[in-house]
Amino acid sequence: MIHRSSEISLLDAGIAAQAVGVAFRKLDPRELVRNPVIFVTAAAAVLTTVLFVRDLVTGVPSTGSDPAVVGQIAAWLWFTVLFANFAEAIAEGRGKAQAASLRKSKTETPARKVSSIDGAGEQQVPAASLRANDLVVVEAGEVIPGDGDVVAGIATVDESAITGESAPVIRESGGDRSAVTGGTRVVSDRIVVRITVNPGESFLDRMIGLVEGAKRQKTPNEIALNILLAGLTIIFLVVVVTLESFAQYSGVTLPVVYLAALLITLIPTTIGGLLSAIGIAGMDRLVRFNVIAKSGRAVEAAGDIDTLLLDKTGTITLGNRQAAEFLPVAAVNERELAEAAFLASLADDTPEGKSIVVLARQKFGLHSVDPATSGFTFVPFTAQTRMSGVDIPAAAGAGAASSSGSGAGSTLTLDDPTSIRKGAVDAITRHVGADGSPRDLKQIVERVARAGGTPLVVAKGGRVLGVIHLKDIVKPAIRERFATLREMGIRTVMVTGDNPLTAASIAAEAGVDDFLAEATPERKLELIRSEQAEGKLVAMCGDGSNDAPALAQADVGVAMNTGTQAAREAGNMVDLESDPTKLIEIVMIGKQLLMSRGALTTFSIANDVAKYFAIIPALFVAAYPQLAVLNVMGLGSSSSAILSAIIFNALIIVALIPLALKGVRYRPAPAASLLRRNLLVYGLGGLIVPFIGIKIIDLAVNAFGLA
Amino acid sequence: MDSSGLIQIVLYLVLLTALTPIIGEYMARVFSGGKTVASRVIGPLERGIYRVCGVDPAREQHWTGYAASLLAFNLLGVLLLYALLRLQAFLPLNPAGMTAMTPDLAFNTAVSFTTNTNWQSYSGEAALSYLSQMAGLTVQNFVSAATGMAVLVALIRGFSRRSARTVGNFWVDMVRATLYVLLPLSIVTALFLVWQGVPQNLNAYVTAETVEGAQQVIAQGPAASQIAIKQIGSNGGGFFGINSAHPYENPTPLSNLVEMLQLLLIASGLTWTFGRMVGDLRQGVALFAAMGLMLVVGIGVTAWAEGRPNPAMVAVGADSLGGSLGGNMEGKEVRFGIANSALWAVATTAASNGSVNAMHDSFSALGGMVPMVNMMLGEVVFGGVGAGLYGMMVYVLLAVFIAGLMVGRTPEYLGKKIEAKEIKLAMFAALTTCFGILVFSALALVVPAGLAGIQEPGPHGLSEVLYAYSSATGNNGSAFGGYTANAPYPNTTIALAILLGRFLVILPVLAIAGALAAKKSVPASAGTFPTHGPLFVGLLVGTVVIVGGLTFFPALSLGPIAEHLMTGVVP
Repeated sequence: MIHRSSEISLLDAGIAAQAVGVAFRKLDPRELVRNPVIFVTAAAAVLTTVLFVRDLVTGVPSTGSDPAVVGQIAAWLWFTVLFANFAEAIAEGRGKAQAASLRKSKTETPARKVSSIDGAGEQQVPAASLRANDLVVVEAGEVIPGDGDVVAGIATVDESAITGESAPVIRESGGDRSAVTGGTRVVSDRIVVRITVNPGESFLDRMIGLVEGAKRQKTPNEIALNILLAGLTIIFLVVVVTLESFAQYSGVTLPVVYLAALLITLIPTTIGGLLSAIGIAGMDRLVRFNVIAKSGRAVEAAGDIDTLLLDKTGTITLGNRQAAEFLPVAAVNERELAEAAFLASLADDTPEGKSIVVLARQKFGLHSVDPATSGFTFVPFTAQTRMSGVDIPAAAGAGAASSSGSGAGSTLTLDDPTSIRKGAVDAITRHVGADGSPRDLKQIVERVARAGGTPLVVAKGGRVLGVIHLKDIVKPAIRERFATLREMGIRTVMVTGDNPLTAASIAAEAGVDDFLAEATPERKLELIRSEQAEGKLVAMCGDGSNDAPALAQADVGVAMNTGTQAAREAGNMVDLESDPTKLIEIVMIGKQLLMSRGALTTFSIANDVAKYFAIIPALFVAAYPQLAVLNVMGLGSSSSAILSAIIFNALIIVALIPLALKGVRYRPAPAASLLRRNLLVYGLGGLIVPFIGIKIIDLAVNAFGLA
Repeated sequence: MDSSGLIQIVLYLVLLTALTPIIGEYMARVFSGGKTVASRVIGPLERGIYRVCGVDPAREQHWTGYAASLLAFNLLGVLLLYALLRLQAFLPLNPAGMTAMTPDLAFNTAVSFTTNTNWQSYSGEAALSYLSQMAGLTVQNFVSAATGMAVLVALIRGFSRRSARTVGNFWVDMVRATLYVLLPLSIVTALFLVWQGVPQNLNAYVTAETVEGAQQVIAQGPAASQIAIKQIGSNGGGFFGINSAHPYENPTPLSNLVEMLQLLLIASGLTWTFGRMVGDLRQGVALFAAMGLMLVVGIGVTAWAEGRPNPAMVAVGADSLGGSLGGNMEGKEVRFGIANSALWAVATTAASNGSVNAMHDSFSALGGMVPMVNMMLGEVVFGGVGAGLYGMMVYVLLAVFIAGLMVGRTPEYLGKKIEAKEIKLAMFAALTTCFGILVFSALALVVPAGLAGIQEPGPHGLSEVLYAYSSATGNNGSAFGGYTANAPYPNTTIALAILLGRFLVILPVLAIAGALAAKKSVPASAGTFPTHGPLFVGLLVGTVVIVGGLTFFPALSLGPIAEHLMTGVVP
């Protein structure tokens, strides 16, 4: 697997340096107002700064507190805002670094615009001027100027700029491989491409926009969380504002600066400051995985997936079927069948054909015959005959036999000139006619099908010898992955065009929860709808144009990058490596994103308990000296307690940036055990950590005589 | 407190737990529209009411229609009650010759009783005619309780329905709550109370000559009928001024036990009803467990604190640890003792009841803080009938939303996704409680008219004010005592806090019900956040304590906490 950008380390020095600058630029009130918690923090910073300056100018500490402490509090409030900005900037910076590598391929390329498919009226125009429905010609060595569909020709295309995959892929007009992406390079041949997007809307443009976070829209859950945080902020605002009156009644006047400090330590600045960084980092993790989400909403939905539709071929099984056994009909021995199959497959370059040769050799030690010198006439597979095989002349047969060398059981028994054919049941039956098919053939074929295999019938000289059992090979360790998914509460459904018997057998072997056999695009769509009607969220991947409706209907539709433009438009994610097994990782990344938010919110709120124990006694000990017993941390003085709390509050944001970027650790497990673990780490941890942190800071503050 | 006190507390908890499923199951049937044992008798009456009022019981309402009906009904209730209180001098059944209430007091009382608060700035036997007591207060005791239950039932339907537009019919829910639940229980209880010695008549007050030769006016009247519903419907407004400490309201230990059970009976039963109606009893049991846990801790703290002698009394040699009084007996009835007074105080503030059988103002600082904290948390420890559970649902939504994210899914509760809209409404409700208590208290502590009512300066005075507005906002109605509330400023602001705490919570809750009903329901899987079992119970309690605690800790630290630290503890 290629991780194109894995070289960007968590806190890359270059990105960090840039982020510092951006953090200051984000002090623009128009930027700040997007985040209510940080906006309030900035307002408090402004207020304390004004009071500090006033105290300096008048020389009277009218706020009832030490101007040096006021200055420090003001400074730390600004740091709090800057740290939050920095967190966001660094997440964006990492996205930008991803985008830069994408943008390299977007250098200004000339395009050869033509007026018709046959290439007439060619003229050179800048790629950026191309609009939808323009036609361009691209030849070997040239860069495709924009996203589009191949309308004429066939070519190999190097898509490594987008996918990181170095092997070129084939793109041709019509069918499911017609989509090309701007910025990729044609390696051979010549194609005519119909551009499908207008300037600035291309796939690459959108990808760049998304990973940079520039076009990032808040996702539904992020909006809900923001409301919660804003609500908590208002509650604490009420708490702090009314506190002035309670204090007055109790005979103390609270300095405004202290109240501001109390407010900022109480409102959830930690999660407020890191929230957007978490979101951007979630997108970023997908990109690192070579999956592009078209919206943050899709990433969030991935965490909620209840049902996973997985294509059998390529996802659950290896793409190719392999010969598993030879099943002769009555009166034929297995060796005879194996020999015939062996000869018929000698020139067969398909993985299935090769596997037949390998199996025959394993079982009977047959020696290979060089197809070129054998003198055999090989009959290739065609869509019309749906058979392949070999015609053996008499003389050639003798030669082959003699060349087969020594060793018991390794001699090929070739007698007469003959012809061997292998193919699908109906094709061979038609080939040999009613007389040639033995009565037990049907039985054998059914048995193979029931076992989940594909029967390949072998006939020699117009007589059926038996059946080769071609088996779908389930990917190693896939069973364990499905067990994991089940534990996470996700149902897996295998989708296959096979008949129900075959499908059931493979489903059982792979350990999926359910299967859809004889799947058509319509049935797939129907399945998604019925799952959704039960309130479930469905994820699937697909590549063909006929997958487009289902991709659009699914809550998470991952289109393969090799797929058609229609599929890529319909899905809400595109997998650049076209690896359907990634759905599982996508779900995990979605879950990790939501967990990171929840964990840091819990941590942030739990922190407040310790802050109260630092600040409340500091504020009120003047009114009621007995309240000193609440100072459980034994902080040095009132002003050092308040300063330490505000410093802790700022520093914890920086300390948690790596966690926000990396996401909290996610190990697939049932919800109950995840909750227990996270509550312990972030809930209980959030209660305890600040007690220790504030105490340590207070010791330092007193040691340096800062307050 | 001695072992007999402990035994009584345990007995109480066991009885409450045992009765919960019985009443819960019955109410589930009532609110699902099913037949009950009482249907044969009540059914014709119910149908008659619908016919007279022109209500089509089969026609359900959108949440906005439901809310509009509720508001209209309550507004009418306030106006009628206000008129009755102002005009009582000219109306019949007034043997004691009561005059009209002042406008501010009448407004306060009308609002207070319509909202199930029953804050009383007056003494019943000195201010109200029998007609006002019966046709005014007692009627509102029924319908205000039914209103709370109706809101809860609408919310439950929000959870249990899928892609639905409606949440039920307000009129039907209210009529059924009154006829099938409140009325039968009240009749039985009233008869029981009469047996125990509570008066139920329309006679004029009698004057007796005491042994010392003094003249004593003994008030009486239709008390039993009102006391029954006052306890059952979590209303709490006493027939007499000193409420259930009065021997005519609560004459015997047996009547005390029954009245205490009724404080929490329906609210506790509703947790079972909830589980039954959402189709998963474990969910209701988890809520019961969370509430029960908080109740037991509260009782424990108060009983412990009240079981200690008053340090001031010890200082002058009038009491000692393990002394003959058995603890802090100031303001407590000898026939109830420490355990039953502590138990009642915690239960009445856990429920939004507010009736008292002892003076909370005389409790120790910590003992008195528990009732106050109960109210500040929004009375979600069982709480008022209906109101407690729907208040708890606000916390459930917040707890599920924050912690639910930690399992890596969009938070959901009972199959409903909790999204921006629900969070917005839940935060609105949470903010209402915080605003009502803190802002009104803060105002009262700076405005001379507010400060005037404070009896005791220092932290105890702050507690008095804080308690009053907590009681009002929480629609509890219990009074700390001490704070003089019958003056235009407190009467008006307390009434405003009551209105705020009632309707600005009901409206968002109904909106949540509507939003949830419209949603699809996600089937539970291994990946679903489990909302039953000890982990969730702990999480919910933690959320209530942390969110409530963070909001009120600063104020509490200047009130009861400071007072407690200043009085000190007897070694």
